[in-house]
Amino acid sequence: MIDKIRSADRRRVGFLTSVSDRWQALPKWQKAIGVVALLVFVYSLPYLGKLPGGLMIPGLNNLRTDSIDGGNNWAGVLFVCAIYVLVAIGLNVVVGLAGLLDLGYIGFFAIGAYSVALFGSVNSPVVKWIQQEFNLPPTWAVTWGICLLIAIVLTMISGVLLGWPTLRLRGDYLAIVTLGFGEIIRIVARNATGVTNGPVGISAIPGPEGPPSADNKVFGLIDAKPWYWLAITFVLLIVILVRRLEHSRVGRAWLAVREDEDAAAVMGVYPFKFKLWAFAMGAALGGLAGFLFGSRNAFIDPTQFNANLSILFVAMVVVGGSGNMIGVSLGAVLLAYLPERFRDFADYRWLAFGLAMVLVMILRPQGLIPSRRRARELKDRAAEAEEAPAHV
Amino acid sequence: MRRSYVRALGTVALAATLVVAAGCQDSGGSEGGTASGDCGGKIAIFGAFTGDNAGLVIPSLNGAKLAVEQFNAANADCKVTMQEFDTQGDPAVATPFANQIAGDNSFLGVIGGHFSGESDATMPIYQAAGLAMVSPSATRTDLTQKGNTSFYRVVGNDSTQAGAVASYLKTQNAAKVFMVDDASAYGAGITDELGKQLGPLVVNKDKIQERQTQFDATVSKIKSSQADFVFYGGYTREAAPLVKQMRAAGVQAKFVGPDGLYDTAFPSGASGGAEGAIITCPCLPADKAGGTFSADYQKKFGIPPGSYGAEGFDGATIYLDAFKAGKKSRADILAFVKSYDKQGVSKYIKFDSKGDVDPTKVVIWAYQIKGNAIEALQELKLS
Amino acid sequence: MHFDELIGHLGQHTVDGLSKGAIYALIALGYTLVYGVLRLINFAHSEVFMVGTFSVLILWTQLGVQNNPPIGQAILFLVLGLVVAAVASGGTALALERIAYRPLRRKNAPPLIFLITAIGLSLVFVELFGQVLPKLLGGVLPEAFGRPRQIVGMPTIIQQETLFTVGNTAITNIQLIVFVSAVAMMALLDWFINRTRYGRGVRAVAQNPETAALMGVNQERVIMLIFVLGGIMAGAAALLWSMRFGFTQNSIGFVLGLKAFTAAVLGGIGNLRGALLGGLFLGIVEVYGATLFASNWEDVIAFVVLIVVLMFRPTGLLGESLGRARA
Repeated sequence: MIDKIRSADRRRVGFLTSVSDRWQALPKWQKAIGVVALLVFVYSLPYLGKLPGGLMIPGLNNLRTDSIDGGNNWAGVLFVCAIYVLVAIGLNVVVGLAGLLDLGYIGFFAIGAYSVALFGSVNSPVVKWIQQEFNLPPTWAVTWGICLLIAIVLTMISGVLLGWPTLRLRGDYLAIVTLGFGEIIRIVARNATGVTNGPVGISAIPGPEGPPSADNKVFGLIDAKPWYWLAITFVLLIVILVRRLEHSRVGRAWLAVREDEDAAAVMGVYPFKFKLWAFAMGAALGGLAGFLFGSRNAFIDPTQFNANLSILFVAMVVVGGSGNMIGVSLGAVLLAYLPERFRDFADYRWLAFGLAMVLVMILRPQGLIPSRRRARELKDRAAEAEEAPAHV
Repeated sequence: MRRSYVRALGTVALAATLVVAAGCQDSGGSEGGTASGDCGGKIAIFGAFTGDNAGLVIPSLNGAKLAVEQFNAANADCKVTMQEFDTQGDPAVATPFANQIAGDNSFLGVIGGHFSGESDATMPIYQAAGLAMVSPSATRTDLTQKGNTSFYRVVGNDSTQAGAVASYLKTQNAAKVFMVDDASAYGAGITDELGKQLGPLVVNKDKIQERQTQFDATVSKIKSSQADFVFYGGYTREAAPLVKQMRAAGVQAKFVGPDGLYDTAFPSGASGGAEGAIITCPCLPADKAGGTFSADYQKKFGIPPGSYGAEGFDGATIYLDAFKAGKKSRADILAFVKSYDKQGVSKYIKFDSKGDVDPTKVVIWAYQIKGNAIEALQELKLS
Repeated sequence: MHFDELIGHLGQHTVDGLSKGAIYALIALGYTLVYGVLRLINFAHSEVFMVGTFSVLILWTQLGVQNNPPIGQAILFLVLGLVVAAVASGGTALALERIAYRPLRRKNAPPLIFLITAIGLSLVFVELFGQVLPKLLGGVLPEAFGRPRQIVGMPTIIQQETLFTVGNTAITNIQLIVFVSAVAMMALLDWFINRTRYGRGVRAVAQNPETAALMGVNQERVIMLIFVLGGIMAGAAALLWSMRFGFTQNSIGFVLGLKAFTAAVLGGIGNLRGALLGGLFLGIVEVYGATLFASNWEDVIAFVVLIVVLMFRPTGLLGESLGRARA
């Protein structure tokens, strides 16, 4: 049975590779059409199976999460999928490209979310303090766009601050230190009542149109679609950015460091610098995702940033196929979408996650849609293992 | 041949998904039609029905289910459906649910949220949609102080319960009270309120964290404070080991906790350590509650109604009465809830201008742990 | 800041910290053994401990143990508990190795893959004991066990009493039992690794697997041995835990495991004596910190200390050296 699954799987990967090869071989105009079609599809997803006029398409409609009893808002779920894709792409820079195991990614996510909450919401102690200190009106708060900058800068700084002392450590140590970092952020957010409102959380977090209000024209309270379109726009921009980074000198340096740190150092690639760069980059993307998450929900409290989510994030990357942006995005979408669509199994969600992680790792360590390079590395290692069975 | 195997497998999987999905779809369709009668309608209930904290919320859900079921049995011409939305207690999951409920015009009222965080997060959305929210168990004091006009709760808030605890401690001639809380919104909220009301009686305090299991530092602080009462604001998971470790270390101080501990898992988890502990709860003892609620609940679910069972029942009853009175729009129902004035199972329900239940009508009881049971002790004076 | 409280009862807090750290140290051994030989973080080891506590719970409930049994029976229950917990935890650890890690080792998978697998296994165990077993065993076990994810109490086997007092420091019987048995278990393990033929095999594989294989060490057997040994230590920790705290829950493993792993890293992962030192050190730091600030800062203090120690000693307090363990 297992052999059958394995061979079927090998076929599937062969199919994926051939698709990717054919795509590479297409003429430019055909590629352009493909990209445009993909964009149209992605942006029209909120209408999947349920067109604006109320027309239902039976088969497709059943894919929506609101097609079941007690199902969640479809655009709302799509938004979460987009946020998770952003997280997965960011974490992929750290784990997949630079090969650093970060189990505290939720910490950066939380810092991003708290930046917009602390500086953008009139209910935050920080804004209240600034109002008092500078005699500003009680409706004053930092605008959304500036909060975005604050979020990115703060997360980058915290990435560097965490990375500076810890990136010299070996990989396994890094895992526990980052896990500790994620917990520290959550506990501080919870205990530092005077700054973060503690466990009570912060409400009235602003969106692009200012604080949440029924009068907002686009980002109102009831319709979640604009938020999805906003998030997916950010995702596309980040995809382009990371793609360019991946194929730049920095991207090649990351690969070199991941594959053999010593060899890279000998070739003049200073590992620490590039690791720190990857860490800061990943942190900023996590912060961006947290920023969008906070401003969409307009409310955050520390319970939303627990260590389980860090593990879920790593699972998205590894199950999807670490190193490959399409793979990790697929992993993110699956892990965000499936529990919402099949809510009857909600109580067994973590059991299912756990089993899926174990099975994928044992059967397909390179993930569902692996990066080609990564798959080759793993194959090499397996071949080495066969040649020298004694090696552990 | 292998390729065809893959394809076959894929097709089968896809087909299975669609069949399953279609099945779900059908059941959804048939229920949607029931809302269109002359009387009746659809309400939503949301809260943590699965996950770590489900144990605190399920009684309320069951209470509401019981109310709807009894109503439908008694009024064949007035069918009411109640749709459950499971948030796992996470405000980020509750928000898209609120979008969904607010955007679906067949929903005429909402029961929830069950926790203060998810209530806080979703209040603006429901208000924008003109939907009434009746919460059975969100007790944070400031929820009703934010100028929201559609949020009502059938439960006393933290400061009311803290007032009752304070008056109880004072009648017991407490001289030194040691306060511990779990730094959660609920535990810290009620403990802070109590601290304000007790003033100089508080000798010292400590905060613990969720999932903490070893309390050496806290216990030795309690010991050296020589307190005669220990108040713990939080839930069973941390309270049971805390009280057990206190007793093992020879601390004799009386242990007092709020309704977060109103759960038989507390005495059984502390295996003897919780004997004599006092729990306050804004819930009536079974024999004092109105009507046959306790007996009906026991009969249907096989366990006595827990901490918020009666509140869930009352929350649903408000909407059922509204439907019975022929209200058919969100605005009418909101107005009906606002002016509601009737004896409920848990207490007499009448809301003040902010949405809190009239503080003079809140009833808080003290219970005592005997063996593995929670026995009613006395009704408490409020502040 | 409560300096006077800390200084005034420094002895008491140290004793509390030592007995807290002793349990960390026993669990930390499991991480350290596996890491020392395989260079792999067995993230699921915390669940090995959790399974141990549940096996003690099931045993004591089935035997119908009441609170405070006479001393003779108490000793019997403890010994039986130790056997059952050691078998359950050792067996679980071995099963993890066989089912999950061995196929990966065959493929020579990178450490990340092992770690993710271990995290997955950990989730599976937590959910099994939180959801699936309560449904299956709800009728057999105490009522509270029948409810998902609920905390379940165990009978008190030994009443905690103050044995003797030095200054204002009271030392209780339970603290003494926990500390002495933890140190004894560790001394036994240290002797086993450093002085016996099997231990030599373990050290050989840790130092250089290829050479060890050429020298005729059966590597698979060594790997099974270390998993079982780590499991037995976790079982012993589970018994001490049950005796001291008298409750369990499906989720207790996560926090304890995290602390124990921190302890192992603090002491120098792969180093048996480092695990002991790291565990005791972490226990004391936590109690001091919780006294000085408040208990809700405990975890922050633990992790900050970890980061600071690693900054100055990147391989932990004693360095990593299962292979080169000083004889």
